[in-house]
Amino acid sequence: MSTVITHTPPRVRFKDPQIEMAHGAGGKASRRLVEGLIAPILLGAGGALSDAAQVTIGGTRLGITTDSFVVTPLRFPGGSIGELAVNGTVNDLAVSGVRAEVLVTTFVLEAGLPSAVLEAEVRAMADAAARAGVRIVGGDTKVVEHGLADQMYLTTTGIGSPLAGVTLDPGSVREGDVILLSGPVGDHGITILLARGDLDLEADLTSDTRSVLPMVEALVGAAGPRIRWMRDPTRGGAATSLNELARDCRCGILIREDDVPVHDGVRGACELLGLDPLHIANEGQFLAVIAPQDAAAALRAVQAVPGGEGARLIGEVTLQPAGTVLAMTPYGASRVVDMLVGDPLPRIC
Amino acid sequence: MCLAIPGQIVEVVPGAVAGAVVEVVGVRRRIDLGLLLDDMPVAGDWVLIHVGFAMSKISENDAREQMELLRMLGECEAAVEEVAGYGLGDEDDGRGQAS
Amino acid sequence: MKYVDEFRDPRLIRRASDEVRRLADPARHYRLMEVCGGHTHAIYRFGLKDLLPDNIELIHGPGCPVCVLPMGRIDDGLAIAARADVIFAAFGDMMRVPGTTGSPLEHKARGMDVRIVYSPLDALKLAQANPGKHVLFFAIGFETTAPSTALTLLRAKALGVSNFSVFCNHVTIVPAIRAILDSPDMRLDGFIGPGHVSTVIGCRPYEWIAQNERKPIVVSGFEPLDILQSVVMLLEQLHAGEARVENQYKRVVPWEGNRAALRAMAEVFELRPYFEWRGMGFISQSALRVRDSFAQWDAEQRFDVPGVRVTDPKAAQCGEVLKGVLKPAQCKLFGRECTPEHPIGALMVSSEGSCAAYYNYEHRKSLAMAGLDAHD
Repeated sequence: MSTVITHTPPRVRFKDPQIEMAHGAGGKASRRLVEGLIAPILLGAGGALSDAAQVTIGGTRLGITTDSFVVTPLRFPGGSIGELAVNGTVNDLAVSGVRAEVLVTTFVLEAGLPSAVLEAEVRAMADAAARAGVRIVGGDTKVVEHGLADQMYLTTTGIGSPLAGVTLDPGSVREGDVILLSGPVGDHGITILLARGDLDLEADLTSDTRSVLPMVEALVGAAGPRIRWMRDPTRGGAATSLNELARDCRCGILIREDDVPVHDGVRGACELLGLDPLHIANEGQFLAVIAPQDAAAALRAVQAVPGGEGARLIGEVTLQPAGTVLAMTPYGASRVVDMLVGDPLPRIC
Repeated sequence: MCLAIPGQIVEVVPGAVAGAVVEVVGVRRRIDLGLLLDDMPVAGDWVLIHVGFAMSKISENDAREQMELLRMLGECEAAVEEVAGYGLGDEDDGRGQAS
Repeated sequence: MKYVDEFRDPRLIRRASDEVRRLADPARHYRLMEVCGGHTHAIYRFGLKDLLPDNIELIHGPGCPVCVLPMGRIDDGLAIAARADVIFAAFGDMMRVPGTTGSPLEHKARGMDVRIVYSPLDALKLAQANPGKHVLFFAIGFETTAPSTALTLLRAKALGVSNFSVFCNHVTIVPAIRAILDSPDMRLDGFIGPGHVSTVIGCRPYEWIAQNERKPIVVSGFEPLDILQSVVMLLEQLHAGEARVENQYKRVVPWEGNRAALRAMAEVFELRPYFEWRGMGFISQSALRVRDSFAQWDAEQRFDVPGVRVTDPKAAQCGEVLKGVLKPAQCKLFGRECTPEHPIGALMVSSEGSCAAYYNYEHRKSLAMAGLDAHD
């Protein structure tokens, strides 16, 4: 019954004269930079970019990815940069259907950084790695002059082995497929925004930084080959990931606004600051597209994992409007959910 | 043009400058009450917040009255249709239409 | 969320929508202007167009303070902030608005000290915390926001904070409505009146619209039920042949407005003889300046302001869109040269500008419904 949706991401051209902050914010500008400038030169023409690459070396299939971490403040309720650096790479691999096995890491340190701050982050990395079941096997340090970096930047590169029975392919996404979200959106981004203190807002919120691998494994156990696509909605939020899906698959995405879980503090901050929770970064959630016949079992499996209780089926894949994410309201109206242009900025208008 | 949302006063902060702590679905912020000097709110009151200032006290009564009006919207129409459905409307050939 | 969730009740929204459909005379075409950009944003965010019959056309008015700000004013503000000792503070809304040399955010990336504040009081605090710097607060907004700036200046004076000034771009809504009604190609049936501005100025300033122009105006809240109820109230007035000022948003808007706020504004600000509105041209007595008694805190009196004037490209038809003569997508530049990422015209600049709102929330939907792919 369903129609196969062709997988031909449109070409992007990068014409911006210089790098702006928006190019790092995970939204449209970031995508233009990567797809319009970096990928064509380094990777050549190819399909849609995903969170990790899969390569075969000496007959063994491996997944590999890398990620850099820049966050102010370094420590925030629920986590810190060290924890993010481990979980972020583990998650990029997990949503590519890969279990992270080993990580290597690079520290870029600003001269003057208190050693105790560094040590705390190294320990946070060790703890997060132990929790995520990944070994850190090497690394590098660089120190730059005071003022040339903001305290510390971390890069982690992870290698792992593909989970058995998963073949993710955006080209396999079909009309009627169901979208699963692992839990409430926006906790990390709002926690960071509040932790910076400029806005003088307080809420009982913590970052959701964690490894999503246990939930992904449960999902794989329940739906295996009928998981079509996964993504962790970090910078740019769930809206950005879903727009990438819609664009890469030339399909429509329909989400039911009321089914997207949002914690109170996130909702309050978003109402106050005029932000959309769908645009706010997450560090411990994932989105998956699953064949409809497996959706109920997949949801139960994810919800059964500790920390997965908040998972929901939030919408489905449609044929039209192609390339577009629509949010349906409970009263039968709809709006387009667009990608963000840069970082979400509080507004007063 | 102006994003303003309701919040509840948790605490009026004493001092030279009238201020309060408000809560908006689990988010708290210190706001300024300087624009409500003529009608100072107390803890528990709801106010409309814009750029860190309370702009206006929210009237529970007016909100309730509005909800009642909204609940009645279309009700008369529904009742008329129901009556018409019983075929009673046909009996009346326009004479008894006092309204 | 009290005072929000009940006004988003799906069952009541459907009923209100049915009521609008029942009331709308299929033989008529209704052109209603929502004056306020907040309403424009809400209409798109809540998908309210889906709930109205086709013969009710909502025209997006001039009430977006970011959109109507001439680009030259941004250049002027950034020119002051280019001095080494200045911190440029503004609401997040301003950060991506392009001047001729880039937006405040782009200047920040190049090294300017640019801060996003949630409240003008936060900018004042920034000045107190940075005594070696001068904090320039780039003030924008209609009468909702102007009292907050006024109170902040009163505080600055009382506290004797001398390293703080305001670059005042506050505008007033009534002259803009008058300019729209005076325009010869304008034909409107009624107004959805600005809700939050009216908490300050009350409902009386709109009486001339009803009495002289014979147009109904309903001061409205911002939730879906508020806006639908306001449409119902407008239709009822139109069908009864009436033109009155009504207050749908009584829970928040007192008929007389907020006297304390008006006092603060009167103490600190005076009307400018005229001010340029992007897309609309010069409108007399439509903006506020800081009074001479507060000259020390007025960036325009304190610094050399270049007074840059930038005209929008002729091809941008912002004025026609503002007056409802054209729909956003009918402008020649819409969605091609002019997009939210690279705005050319005023209304694409802020997320509540009618073009940006239309682009973000509606454009792709309508393209897709027509069988086109928005990305081609």
